[in-house]
Amino acid sequence: MKIKIGFGILVFFALMALVGPLLIGADPAATSEDGLQGPSAEHWLGTTQTGQDILTQIVYGARISMGVGVLSAVIANLLAILVGLVGGYFGGAVDEVLSVLTNIFLVLPALPLIIVLAGYLPQRGVGSVAVVIAVTGWAWGARVLRAQTLSVRRRDFVQAARASGEGPLRIIFFEIMPVLLPVIATSFLATVVAAILAEAGLSFLGLADLSTVSWGSMLYFAQNGQALLIGAWWWFIPPGLCIALIGTGLALVNFGIDEIANPRLRTVKVKVRKART
Amino acid sequence: MRFLARRLGFYLLTAWAAITLNFLIPRLMPGDPVELLVARMKGNVEPEAIDAMRRAFGISDASLWQQYLDYLGNLARGELGRSITFFPTEVSTVIADSLPWTVALVGVATLISYLIGTSLGVLMAWKRGTWLDGVLPAATFMHAVPYFWVALALVFVFGVTLQWFPVSRAYGLDVMPGMTGEFAASVLYHAALPAITIVIASMADRILGMRNVMVTTLGEDYVVMAEAKGLTSRRVMWAYAARNAILPNITSFALSLGFVVGGSVLTEIVFSYPGIGSMLLKGVENEDFPLMQGIFLVISLAVLVANFLADLAYVVLDPRTRQESE
Amino acid sequence: MNVLEIRDLGVDYLSQTGAVHAVADVSLDLRRGEILGLAGESGSGKSTLANAVARLLRPPAAITSGSVVYHRQDGTAVDVLALKRDELRAFRWKELAVVFQSAMNSLNPVSTVGAQIDDVLRIHAPKMSRKDRAERAVELLQRVGISADRRRSYPHELSGGMRQRAAIAIALALNPEVIIMDEPTTALDVVVQRDILHEIRALREEYGFAVVFITHDLSLLMEISDRIAIMYAGRVVETGTAEALHRTPRHPYTLGLLRSFPRLHGPREELLGIPGTPPDLRSLPPGCAFHPRCGRAMEECSTRLPLLTRGADGADGADGSDGEVACLLNGGRGVEEAS
Repeated sequence: MKIKIGFGILVFFALMALVGPLLIGADPAATSEDGLQGPSAEHWLGTTQTGQDILTQIVYGARISMGVGVLSAVIANLLAILVGLVGGYFGGAVDEVLSVLTNIFLVLPALPLIIVLAGYLPQRGVGSVAVVIAVTGWAWGARVLRAQTLSVRRRDFVQAARASGEGPLRIIFFEIMPVLLPVIATSFLATVVAAILAEAGLSFLGLADLSTVSWGSMLYFAQNGQALLIGAWWWFIPPGLCIALIGTGLALVNFGIDEIANPRLRTVKVKVRKART
Repeated sequence: MRFLARRLGFYLLTAWAAITLNFLIPRLMPGDPVELLVARMKGNVEPEAIDAMRRAFGISDASLWQQYLDYLGNLARGELGRSITFFPTEVSTVIADSLPWTVALVGVATLISYLIGTSLGVLMAWKRGTWLDGVLPAATFMHAVPYFWVALALVFVFGVTLQWFPVSRAYGLDVMPGMTGEFAASVLYHAALPAITIVIASMADRILGMRNVMVTTLGEDYVVMAEAKGLTSRRVMWAYAARNAILPNITSFALSLGFVVGGSVLTEIVFSYPGIGSMLLKGVENEDFPLMQGIFLVISLAVLVANFLADLAYVVLDPRTRQESE
Repeated sequence: MNVLEIRDLGVDYLSQTGAVHAVADVSLDLRRGEILGLAGESGSGKSTLANAVARLLRPPAAITSGSVVYHRQDGTAVDVLALKRDELRAFRWKELAVVFQSAMNSLNPVSTVGAQIDDVLRIHAPKMSRKDRAERAVELLQRVGISADRRRSYPHELSGGMRQRAAIAIALALNPEVIIMDEPTTALDVVVQRDILHEIRALREEYGFAVVFITHDLSLLMEISDRIAIMYAGRVVETGTAEALHRTPRHPYTLGLLRSFPRLHGPREELLGIPGTPPDLRSLPPGCAFHPRCGRAMEECSTRLPLLTRGADGADGADGSDGEVACLLNGGRGVEEAS
């Protein structure tokens, strides 16, 4: 049930990002005379100070926000897979070094590091922002994958592959990785949300490409346009809500998976018949 | 105390990594930071500033190794270079002025959030199947909410609409800083909304984390045995179940600190709170690289110290870590 | 003279797909001061039965039928299943204590052994002073062979055998009438196991409590128990004195169990075991649940559920045994051959 709701939310936002702009067609940056209008039949979610339609911005913003999220999650997970699987498989000194590296990146506060890195970027396009976020966000996945690899490594089929003389890289990527796909999938989804949050934070600081519309940059303009003081709640509520909803969808999927793995977590609702006394 | 020694070693290593990263970033990123800065400021920089910056970055014709040693030497003397925004003030001075505000705000708020969130998680696990389960969906939603968005919402509702709380600064313009009750009251009053923001935004993680660990712990034999011993539910819940569940929870709490600090930085910005987060924004706005880097370094070290404190708490709470190898 | 009477007890594990009968129609008596052995493979419901008696079942497990009556020494009868919360708290440990399977897991890892005795005393004997409680803790520990200075040790600082002794000391704290011991020696090596069995017998002589001793190891039960009940798929299939069961087991399953385990001492016997695996409680075979694994099964066994009936002959003869068996063989008398 939880998984279904979670997937429902994620699919909804994925469709919004992929198909939404085609359906709406309007230009999210287009200004109009109707500045700072509350929600109405014409503008479902109202307008910004310069008369841009918020709904249009949300739909187009989904593309950038989720695009950055997915792109950096892909990069981060490639790093995580590489570090986690290689360390977990080889063990020994290689593992020691990679583990320490992972733990260091796990402890260092990501956002300040992202801010510093982004500050140095000559151009802050979608791609480079995604890379910067990925560089600071791979450690968690690597840690989980390493732990899993350690246990998979001892399984029979891996031992058999090794005995039959398969090379280590082949074993890692063709024997072990397929088994870990569910773990990789959950780690991927978690990284997507973390990256969306990071991108929103960067944009909110004005450190991302402000000429493109993302949920973070909407919040940046809402804050700088004094949306709060004017009382334009429709301007800043929707972008944050979208971010939180994606996070909720992902969390529901992950909880669902956890509960399958650990039945104790389930909320039991069975009527206990009273004992005959 | 081998456990603590090992952790301390790891934090020293991480501190070194942060320091080295700080040194490498300007050199690894494409382009010369100083030229980048001059270009962005369109020549509006004083020559002394450019010179100070070169020195701050340690960018010179010396070998990379020599530059690194110079950099470490400066750091050892507490020199982080001069801020461009507040030229010619030292970065270390800027940080020293703003850090106490952040440490107090984030420290207290994180502690409150930890206490409330963990207790709620304990109760929710204990009273599974009751109305408390209703908190779960809310917590699930809150756990992915951006801090600064919560801040915006609180400012809108309690600051602008209801006007219950001030929405910016750390204390009123009408009070003089000093050891007076009036000043303290003003500080608390101004810290209320930012603190509530951090509590709300970070609490969901604590609730969900503690609930899950606690549910697993409730199935342990020692909890069943405590119940069989006829102890009061209160004692079973806290002294047996929660007391054990808190251990893995401390570890995950320590790991989440970096995230909390990141969120708090953005929270400060919404409230123009004169802490390190607002300074970071100033640094960003003015392309003040020395300031940005100095702040990154200080935040990293602060998170490491907090992690070490969490480890100390762990050692106090878990007798198994105190075992000396005989 | 019974201290505990279990009648027609049923425990179900409730799930969305329906109820699983983990314990069905179990009736057992525990006599004052006796050691009653409860044996069966894992999943036979023996631990569930013990937890039901101590009212320790957690959802989705629930008692669905039957009664458990406890008789105090003064003759008053207590309906255990009807106890209210506070009454239940007092009943637990003052009158019934439990020693769990693995002391490593049943002792609180973050609290000293002394503290774990102390909190029982503090709750149940509020009039005792701190000093009296400390003295009592030392006394209990010494009684089970743990030196006084170990009072301040944490569970991880003790050996497996010491931990189990500590768990027994905690169980003794309030001089209970009944102690349920759920596989108390399974995780220990044979020598330590022997020591602890002796200890339990000696303590029983001294304090006079009754024991329900649960294990899958029948030969071990033979050594320690006065009477034994054998469980299979949630039902009691045979009861009898240890001696009678050893000499003339009546249920084919008991016979199989007897041949499964080497004796603790004495000549090694051939491990015949029982073919097949324990049944899936979600889909029990009709009739006698054991018939698919039984070499002696008749056609009737797959249709008719045998009920526990008193053995017709020698089993309850000279030694005063009143053994029962649930088997259709030989007109309900079960196997008729010596083990």
